[in-house]
Amino acid sequence: MKAKNQDWDFHHALKVLDDVCIGCTHCMTVCPTQAIRVRDGKARIIDNRCVDCGECYKACPVSAIIVEQDDLQMINNYPVRVILVPGVLIGQFPEKIRTSKIYAALKEIGFTHIFEVENSVEMVLDAYAQFQSENSNRPLISSFCPAIIRLIQVRFPSLVDHILRAKPPIDISALYYKKRLVSEGIAAEDIGMFYVTPCAAKIAAIKSPVGEEESPVTGVINMNYLYNRILQHLKKNEEPPKADFDRLLNSKGILWSLTRGESVHSKGRALAIDGINNVTEFLEKLENDEYEDIDFLELRACDESCAGGILISGNRFLTVERLTKRAAEYESSELANPPRKNDPLMEISSESFFEKVKPRPMEKLDEDISKALRKMERKRRLMCFLPGFDCAACGAPDCQTLSEDIVQGRAQVSHCIFMQQVMMDQKKLTQEHAKKIIDSIWGNERLQKNCNKLGAEDENN
Amino acid sequence: MQFKYKIAGGDFTNAGNASSAVKKILKQLNVDHTVSKHIVVALYEAEVNIVAHAYSGVIEVNIDKNQIHIILDDKGPGIADIDQAMEEGYSTASPQVREMGFGAGMGLANMKRNADKMLISSELGKGTKVELIHYLKPDEG
Ligand SMILES: Nc1ncnc2c1ncn2[C@@H]1O[C@H](COP(=O)(O)OP(=O)(O)OP(=O)(O)O)[C@@H](O)[C@H]1O
Ligand code: SF4
Ligand SMILES: [Mg+2]
Repeated sequence: MKAKNQDWDFHHALKVLDDVCIGCTHCMTVCPTQAIRVRDGKARIIDNRCVDCGECYKACPVSAIIVEQDDLQMINNYPVRVILVPGVLIGQFPEKIRTSKIYAALKEIGFTHIFEVENSVEMVLDAYAQFQSENSNRPLISSFCPAIIRLIQVRFPSLVDHILRAKPPIDISALYYKKRLVSEGIAAEDIGMFYVTPCAAKIAAIKSPVGEEESPVTGVINMNYLYNRILQHLKKNEEPPKADFDRLLNSKGILWSLTRGESVHSKGRALAIDGINNVTEFLEKLENDEYEDIDFLELRACDESCAGGILISGNRFLTVERLTKRAAEYESSELANPPRKNDPLMEISSESFFEKVKPRPMEKLDEDISKALRKMERKRRLMCFLPGFDCAACGAPDCQTLSEDIVQGRAQVSHCIFMQQVMMDQKKLTQEHAKKIIDSIWGNERLQKNCNKLGAEDENN
Repeated sequence: MQFKYKIAGGDFTNAGNASSAVKKILKQLNVDHTVSKHIVVALYEAEVNIVAHAYSGVIEVNIDKNQIHIILDDKGPGIADIDQAMEEGYSTASPQVREMGFGAGMGLANMKRNADKMLISSELGKGTKVELIHYLKPDEG
């Protein structure tokens, strides 16, 4: 194996728990970037292909895929513990639960300051307008969803210059509120900034930002976990201590992370597309220049955008309904804490934008075109023989991906169980060798009787 | 290396499939994405011209390490005056084709702009043959 290329070293928030993984093929076949293979009976995520979209997490029948997160205990290392709450967290609760109750619970859990992430959407919109006036590329693609940025890097490298490089609300809010607390006399090192995330992509973006300096966010808390903690506090306090505030974002902020939350504010022709497969289908055509005169694209990896994030506990459609109701209620309300326009702490400045996004094409067979051509010839030849069942029994998601793995030296023709049969008939492969190959892919106990499997006699034991 | 695609006249739903397939090949060959964009844009226009104006066609794509040579051969009405057809804004597209968002008369000019070399020959009542050549290294051509 070659040494790892610097640019290709990523932090991923999705991990496979080997002792839970049953080595089925569910995650592998749904992965939109073919980033998963099965080896030794366990799913393996290929780092430089993964975009942290979470499709594998949703598909896993035994919850073997986890989101790596920071421990809530970590907040205790800081005297000032700021929580940055995105609108979708509030959308987990029925409207009759006032935000003041939820915020009171957050204080009991240990946070000293609470700020809403989407309070900065006005600043983000100003940055959008500035970027749009200074860049002629159309359409511009929102930078909001980190899984989409990564998808573009690996699968649509020719579109990286279409990314609207204004920082999303979480980055702007974290920068702004930290500055504000420092301006109030708090030492910067005493401040811990914690973000409640609906997904793995946001964690990855914070831990290894694309084209950006280090994130001002200190730690990331799993929304599903925090939601359950808040519920415990809400249950405990039948009559919660009266909080000194009952506020939320304005309706723009509340709806921002939902589908069309950004596109409705765009001047010109804007489209909103959610669901990573829908986005992929659209970007394929966009790359061919099949669509004209589109100015702005809001693209989100999850169905129903962040309401469908993998760490959202509630039903995504209910979340959308609840937030829409809250938005109507707060339509005209005053924001309690927003960064004001022209706030000297945070003008639209270089800080509102991030650096150029580098393409990281994953589809290339080789740097060198002559070698790539030879590999492609070989791959096409192999496809004449592989059966085209896409059964995944070789440990790759489909025949085409196996053929690619073969020409790249990561797999062998004999990994295909049908080719094994042919090779044994032709006496090119022995029974024992074939068994060894199956073991190396699926683990050596795989073909033994095991009644603990899902659907088998003792599935729950 | 050679690839072939069949094109059906009038089938706008699948117009663009050959261009997408070629784009995928170019990505696998690590062709510079600005070069690849020129190729795909020119090919897409040529592919749509078969769908919009001809009855059926075959696209043949030949790639080596230096260049990509695409030949689009169709059975169709042919073009009476190629110079006139090349003019921006000239179009004989039917109202139905215009309804699909095509027929601005920009396709051939756009192909010429994007390709390193373009050759067209046509026989009235028989068909049209378009050849597109692109050099694969950004500095050539
Ligand atoms: N393959 C073809 N067969 C027959 N006629 C063609 C063919 N390609 C182009 N033409 C003729 O040349 C004209 C100009 O083609 P061009 O691609 O520039 O414009 P268009 O197809 O009419 O519109 P647009 O490409 O802007 O959607 C067409 O209207 C048609 O009359
Ligand atoms: S749509 Fe929202 S929740 Fe889903 S990956 Fe993107 S940012 Fe995360
Ligand atoms: Mg045309």
